[in-house]
Amino acid sequence: MSAEIPIARLSDIPPGEGRNFKVEGRCIAIFHTRSGQVFATQPDCPHKGGPLADGLTGGTTIVCPLHERSWDLATGRPVADSDRPLTIYPVRAAADGTLLVGLPAVTSTPA
Amino acid sequence: MAKQKLVVVGNGMAGARAVEEVLARGGADMFDIFMFGDEPYGNYNRILLSNVLSGAQDTEEIFLNPLSWYAENGITLHAGARVTDIDRYAKVVIADNGVREHYDRLLIATGSRAFMPPIKGLHGADGSLKPGVFGFRTIDDCNGMIAASAPGRKAVVIGGGLLGLEAARGLMNHGCEVHVVHLAGHLMEQQLDFTGGTILKSGMERMGIAVHLQKSTTEILGEGRVTGLAFKDGTTLDCDLLVVAAGIRPNAEIGHRAGLTVERAIVVDDHMRSVDDRTIYVVGECAQHRGRVYGLVAPLWDQAKVFADHLTGRNIDAAYHGSKLATKLKVMGVELASMGLTETQEERDELVQFVEPKRGIYKKLIVRDGRLVGGILMGDIGKAAYLMQAFDRDSPLPEERLSLLFDIGAPSQKVTIDEMPADAQVCNCNGVTKAAIGTCIAGGAKTTKAVMGATRAGMGCGSCKGLMNEVVAWFLGGAVEEDPSVHYYVPCIPLKKPELVAEVRARNLRSVSAVFRELAGGVEDAQSKPALASLLSVVWRGDYIPEADARFINERAHANIQKDGTFSVVPPMAGGATTPAELRRIAEVAEKYNVPMVKVTGGQRIDLLGVKKEDLPKVWADLGTHSGYAYGKTYRTCKSCVGTDFCRFGLGDSMKLAAQIEDRFKGIDSPHKMKLATTGCPRNCAEALIKDVGAVAIGDGKWEIYVGGAGGSHVRKGDLLCTVGSHEEVLLYAGRFMQLYREEAKYKERTYTWVERVGIERVRAIVMEDSEGIAARLDAAMQESVDAFIDPWKQIIEKGMDRADAAMTATVGSGA
Repeated sequence: MSAEIPIARLSDIPPGEGRNFKVEGRCIAIFHTRSGQVFATQPDCPHKGGPLADGLTGGTTIVCPLHERSWDLATGRPVADSDRPLTIYPVRAAADGTLLVGLPAVTSTPA
Repeated sequence: MAKQKLVVVGNGMAGARAVEEVLARGGADMFDIFMFGDEPYGNYNRILLSNVLSGAQDTEEIFLNPLSWYAENGITLHAGARVTDIDRYAKVVIADNGVREHYDRLLIATGSRAFMPPIKGLHGADGSLKPGVFGFRTIDDCNGMIAASAPGRKAVVIGGGLLGLEAARGLMNHGCEVHVVHLAGHLMEQQLDFTGGTILKSGMERMGIAVHLQKSTTEILGEGRVTGLAFKDGTTLDCDLLVVAAGIRPNAEIGHRAGLTVERAIVVDDHMRSVDDRTIYVVGECAQHRGRVYGLVAPLWDQAKVFADHLTGRNIDAAYHGSKLATKLKVMGVELASMGLTETQEERDELVQFVEPKRGIYKKLIVRDGRLVGGILMGDIGKAAYLMQAFDRDSPLPEERLSLLFDIGAPSQKVTIDEMPADAQVCNCNGVTKAAIGTCIAGGAKTTKAVMGATRAGMGCGSCKGLMNEVVAWFLGGAVEEDPSVHYYVPCIPLKKPELVAEVRARNLRSVSAVFRELAGGVEDAQSKPALASLLSVVWRGDYIPEADARFINERAHANIQKDGTFSVVPPMAGGATTPAELRRIAEVAEKYNVPMVKVTGGQRIDLLGVKKEDLPKVWADLGTHSGYAYGKTYRTCKSCVGTDFCRFGLGDSMKLAAQIEDRFKGIDSPHKMKLATTGCPRNCAEALIKDVGAVAIGDGKWEIYVGGAGGSHVRKGDLLCTVGSHEEVLLYAGRFMQLYREEAKYKERTYTWVERVGIERVRAIVMEDSEGIAARLDAAMQESVDAFIDPWKQIIEKGMDRADAAMTATVGSGA
């Protein structure tokens, strides 16, 4: 894994929501769940390109706002077998609240 | 805890089905199960005996559960053992072969037997049926009839009911000359009226079956073996074999001997429990519930579920409320459907009928207070599915009665599920075919919800849900299981809406996260969040803790998300009325923010499509209006016609009323969107009849209020709620209606579904006559919500977007 890049602060993302950030020329979506976990994924839904950061989270599930397809944020696995998995990135919040994301991509293995 | 013993007396369809229901509820872990059956077989589908007789199926094919099923499920079966006594004090059943079995819970499912009328000569000297005489009830009866029939033999069937006609058909297939002897004036008098019975009789005679009506049999002739029948009118009829299908009698003697209350059958309460003994349950044809004894299979399925729910403690409130009887069958090649009454009974009953005897087509409906209370369809039963559903659910019928009997105008698009080709698309939104649903069910799905989850069928616009249910039921052969969570307000909390509201109030839960924490074991479910947010807003009006993550993006961004991740902005425009200044301002905003499309909406407003998320607050500020709420599960808008100001036909000031409605109800959130309209005369240019709430001016200052209309994925003319005399009354009753809908409807249930579900009569009684004494409370609750209105656009303009949202340009949507 390459070096971690600071991108924003945990407090920039309201609990339960996601936001898009630009990191080294690419866009990634960061999610901050209600239980305090953070996850990073590709920003666009593999189905029809919907903005995942605008979706609904529940536990570690993200539901795309356009057609309600769902994925697991932790693994990138789709809930329905017919969908493609999400690309996920390692991300963590440092002690001071800075979000650190690791690039390049780690692609999840399909189930 | 040690397992209890469940003993089941009766191994027919009722006993076996009831045990299956118990097993489906984890009953194997709670009970050791023992079953007694007096036939030496596993259980079989008695309804299909007629197919065995006619040769369409082998006896092997009609077995429901083979003997191995009992072993696999740990059930001890005493086959061929007839239970003769129940010792209720010792809790022991005693069989004729000496087997005794103790029970903690007992189920009596002894069913019924063929009724043998007291006719001279029916029985031989030893008390058994005279040789050549058969009932039509068991596999043994069937085998006996098959052995006795042969081409050229003359067979007589006593009884022109359903069973008798099935027997006649079967005997005809074996080459017999068949006569049906019936006491009543027409065939199948339980299901048909005289006209229907007469049409059926001609059909049967065409097939070569002789029908003798109003014939009372006085004696069975023949020494040693049956040779004929003698009738009351002095005539006789020769025969080689005789089948008696004169009805059935419940096997209730066991209840008598055990000291249980028995009238026509063993009397049970709503839990299907004997009224005398809390440890004894009774289901099927040997049970009498609220004075009725059923002889069809459908009520049994319901009874078995209630029994199993209650026995296993899955739902100790489970109650059986009786069944409405409707049947669809094919008799002698004649397709027919019958439900409820066969004749009008009261003066107010409305008779709708069509007869075309030449083609054997007969349709008769009995309508009472706009609901179907009886019906007969023969020859053409294309409308049967719809009518049987309307009958069963007691749902309101369309005003145009002709459409009840025929599909008019368009070619009949409703093919039966049988006829539907495998590749026919059931769900157009998600491209799910009939075959795909079949595959899913073959893979183990047992509920509509499971099929929806796996295939996404029915999860788009939702307009195919009815068809989905039918297709699923068709594949499951009627064995569709209902997922209890369909009744819950949200699937992750096992409470119906009123129960959930009560818990929310009792525990003072004022945020969605608090609801998950307290009622869902802390487990969040993404899709349930918006439903809970909507509910909290209705329960607490303005006084709850809003959590943005619980809202769908439209209600977070206060704009309508588009396929490319941009948004559409719709400024309010009550009644579609605008001004040159307003248009100019909208035009300037559209140019300033390079809005790619400007379009008039169906709700008579102007839509600015393709606005970037980060531009939203600036667009709103420049527009200078409050939110148009074109994006939420809320009151949307009120369209209108020109009304009295310019229109030469206008009878009422529809523009002014639309503005008043908009001013009062703007932003009111609800289970689903509410689209309204006012129209200044019955020409209905603003389409008020197909709106969630519509007001139509009819002159003299009067307005008709229609509710529950639809003109989208579903089309429905609204029901007339009332006629009132002023704008203020329109606001009052429309508001009261909307509040009732807000409180009662399920999330994402439009008014048209809700009104149909609860019935316009009930809605009207509550809203207009205050039948439940809640009108004042509804009005006050609506007023509180009106007073709690906040303009979300203004809030965000003042407070600003959060940093991350404002900083990020909309690069999403084009793909990474």
